[in-house]
Amino acid sequence: MKLFQASIFGAAVLAIAFAALAGDDHAKAVAMMKRDFHAKGIAGTDRLNEDGLQALCNRSRNNPPKAVGERLQRDQLEAVKYPADGKFLGDWKSGERIAQNGRGMTWSDGGSAANGGSCYNCHQIGPNETSFGTIGNSLSQFGKTRGNSPEMQKYVYGKIYNAKAFNLCSNMPRFGHSGTLTEKQIKDLVALLLDPSSPVNQ
Amino acid sequence: MSSIKLRAVLALSGLVLACATQAQQAAAPKKAAAPAKKAASAPKDAVTAEFEKFREVMEDASPAELFEAKGEELWKTRRGPKNASLEQCDLGLGPGVLKGAYVRMPRYFADADQVMDAERRIVYCMVTLQGFKAEDLAKRPFSSESRTPDPVSLVTYVAGQSRGMKIAIPQRHAKEREAYKVGREIFDFRAGAWDFSCASCHGEDGKRIRTQELPNLTSKKDAIRAFQGWPGYRMTGGLMHTLQWRMNDCFRQQRFPEPGYASETIADLLTYMGVNANGQVYKGPGIKR
Repeated sequence: MKLFQASIFGAAVLAIAFAALAGDDHAKAVAMMKRDFHAKGIAGTDRLNEDGLQALCNRSRNNPPKAVGERLQRDQLEAVKYPADGKFLGDWKSGERIAQNGRGMTWSDGGSAANGGSCYNCHQIGPNETSFGTIGNSLSQFGKTRGNSPEMQKYVYGKIYNAKAFNLCSNMPRFGHSGTLTEKQIKDLVALLLDPSSPVNQ
Repeated sequence: MSSIKLRAVLALSGLVLACATQAQQAAAPKKAAAPAKKAASAPKDAVTAEFEKFREVMEDASPAELFEAKGEELWKTRRGPKNASLEQCDLGLGPGVLKGAYVRMPRYFADADQVMDAERRIVYCMVTLQGFKAEDLAKRPFSSESRTPDPVSLVTYVAGQSRGMKIAIPQRHAKEREAYKVGREIFDFRAGAWDFSCASCHGEDGKRIRTQELPNLTSKKDAIRAFQGWPGYRMTGGLMHTLQWRMNDCFRQQRFPEPGYASETIADLLTYMGVNANGQVYKGPGIKR
């Protein structure tokens, strides 16, 4: 499997390239956390195991060397699963609810309820929500300024599915890759941003 | 004081303070002019501005003081399997010396050969002097509707003894310096379902989650906000919480598994953030939104 090979390659490169950069403070921190943390609810201790991307961003303080960074970013893009039906635009009304919903993936979240996207935690989006965060850029008028072409739809879908496929050490979670949001939920968010009838574009 | 009585007192004091807030606003228009100047340099949303006004008034007669009183009683009473008080507990300045101890922790303790934050040290004393079991204290360590754990009141009492003092967390011992460096790595460690680290939210200036302003805990200017107001009486839920709780709930929202209570991980993290705040004045146990 290509992805598997790529991650092996990534891990090998990382081990060599960053042993020197991070010193052993990082290794001490990781060993200490693995000793001190315990599983709770749905949050298992496996969450402390860095994947290749996390390891690279952690050891380079989010500024990886170009060659390795580009290689890993390409892996992330190749692993994006686009909808089989080729359609990217869902229901913006449902998208708004997903954007509002900040629940999901914490140890206090139950298994059965659908996860939210926590979008408003970090982004300005629709005009009627004034309680929005500023860690991410403003998405107000997103579709109005960028259009609603098939390429734009595919880009937005991919960006929500895995923001790291476009900016390797981005702060934004990989909502599809991590299994947080379903294909339908991501389509609904794409519609929230791009559908001409969405309040975001009024 | 029973917890029901304590809650009643808190509710009453809240009411009295709310009235006092109004009275003071009416009587002292000069005071209201000061925050307006601040708002001009860094625009704040209305909720944050209102809360900060409220907090200014509340901190003069904080509900935290009731927990300080409870903590003092617990400190001086003979308790536990060894029927001992905590008066011989050494918080770094000698047995029983409380003045200024809180603003000098986390620090290295030779008897335990570990760097310990205030709560970790108090738990250590409860175990060594009074004979309590660490695992019992770790079972339900955070305040809830029905109870305030003893270490919470004790930390609040000890913190109150450093009110108005400068934060001076030592970096003399090699293990203290190592705790700072490892703490920084923990702060920056991205992992879990959402790739978050502490720095994801607290690594840049002037950011918000929804309307909640986020201190940049890597900067000298903001680092005090990790220290100030803790232990704190949290308006949401009306519970007294310490930094142990704050770290725990941050890791929850970071989508991490749960950190051990009073663990070395938390001590190192608090060392990193605390040293960044060195030199600033600690106002004592406070109030949080």
